[in-house]
Amino acid sequence: MERVSFDLASTPLREVNQFLYQKLQAEDERHVEVHNPDGAHNIAVGLDQPVTVEIHGHAGYYAAGMNKKAHVIVHGSAGTGVAENMMSGVVHVKGFASNGAGATAHGGLLVIDGDAGLRCGISLKGADIVVGGSVGSFSGFMAQAGRMVICGNAGDALGDSLYEAVIYIRGEVKSLGADAQFEPMTDEDRATVADLLRQAGLQHDPASFKRIASARSLYHWNADANQEY
Amino acid sequence: MCGIVGLLVKKPALKQQLGQLMVPMLIGMTERGPDSAGLAVFAEPLKGSARKLSLYSGLTEAGADFDWHGLTHGLQQHLGVTSTIDVKHNHAVLSFEVSPDIVKKWLREHHPKLHILSTGQTIDLYKDIGTPSMVSDRYDFSSLTGSHLVGHTRMATESAVTPDRAHPFTAGEDFCLVHNGSLSNPYGLRRKLEPHGIHFDTDNDTEAACRFLEWRLREGDDLETALHAGFEELDGFFTFLMGTPDKLALIRDPFACKPAVVAETDDYVAIASEFRSLAHLPDVKHAKVFEPAPEEMYVWNA
Repeated sequence: MERVSFDLASTPLREVNQFLYQKLQAEDERHVEVHNPDGAHNIAVGLDQPVTVEIHGHAGYYAAGMNKKAHVIVHGSAGTGVAENMMSGVVHVKGFASNGAGATAHGGLLVIDGDAGLRCGISLKGADIVVGGSVGSFSGFMAQAGRMVICGNAGDALGDSLYEAVIYIRGEVKSLGADAQFEPMTDEDRATVADLLRQAGLQHDPASFKRIASARSLYHWNADANQEY
Repeated sequence: MCGIVGLLVKKPALKQQLGQLMVPMLIGMTERGPDSAGLAVFAEPLKGSARKLSLYSGLTEAGADFDWHGLTHGLQQHLGVTSTIDVKHNHAVLSFEVSPDIVKKWLREHHPKLHILSTGQTIDLYKDIGTPSMVSDRYDFSSLTGSHLVGHTRMATESAVTPDRAHPFTAGEDFCLVHNGSLSNPYGLRRKLEPHGIHFDTDNDTEAACRFLEWRLREGDDLETALHAGFEELDGFFTFLMGTPDKLALIRDPFACKPAVVAETDDYVAIASEFRSLAHLPDVKHAKVFEPAPEEMYVWNA
């Protein structure tokens, strides 16, 4: 497998992204290294080839946004909106991730070894997110499909206005959002958690997780509720 | 959008390089704030009753050709006050050994268009319109020395692009604040503060936050209590970074709408809106890098 290396200290990011997006041939799988990211925005966005990209350092906003098929590893932290609107592939952040990690992601797997900021998995549309640490407030807000596995704690309003996404959490929840509720773990849930933890390379007992899903009381307009929910 | 930066050096030897380390931090935030820039630096305090004012002549007719020595002469003649002045372009630091209120009253009467940027024993404050790079060059920021500083790059949303509406804002003595965000109740705060005799220089929302917090400190709150009162009273989005003679303090609104990242080593604590302003710092690859949590107070001692 051919290895290509870019140093963002001397190469413009546009050149790197053009290489990743336009010049890669689908048939020859490659391994691309990016050095000195130094917090630059939009590294490895919009990829649509099965390529592995390793970013050595801290990435800025929207790293690996809109990812399709690619495997992007950030050896550092990621700024706002990492893997937002991902369609498929894997994005793995070895450090912490800022706000809005995995927002609106449709498919693929986002793994964050450290903590995630606020609004992690907001409006999730089918992707899986595994967070090794804790998540900030309003995580999983209006999440429609997909699964979130949180190994640490959650801030306020976890899973507010959830649709059909399911959240599994091991630690404490500061508060649940409107219409989110704890539900019993089934064998299927434990198998799901075990599988996602295995994919993320994390070792926890699946039985130590709790399930949070929608009570579905906000699904339909209730004229008798008098605005009280 | 705006950019904030802060730097506090723990190793005394680095005090000489404070400005040099900070300039790339400020320039790194150009995309977040290209219209104005500024910073407040805290150095060794003046002795005894000595005080200093940072003054800005850019709003006077003479601009950068302002007659600064005429000003010190006038002070001597009218008030019998001996002062020294250190001039850089349209900026000067005026030092003297009387109550600053006497000098400020005289300045307002005789040089009403001269803008008083800051008052105190330790603070020097610079701000002007222009890109961070232009403002840094204008005042030779890379030569600044001291223990800590706070800086700001502005992209105005709430009030006009003018030098007096750039950040940092100050109130009282040796206190300054920079802000990334926007407040929704600055006029409410203002109506609350004005009956206490608190005067506002501009219509800027950040000035309201600055004067509110300084008022709480002056009323006897410690920094922590004042910031707690800030969470109760200030409505809107904010990451605030504040400087006092011996502290840097940071708070973020409950929704963490505006970013902040901290890099800490044995030698320094550096704060910026984004990591790209920290990437050049010495040994940053081994620094402890983290995001300050919303509604938490972070205080670093110089």
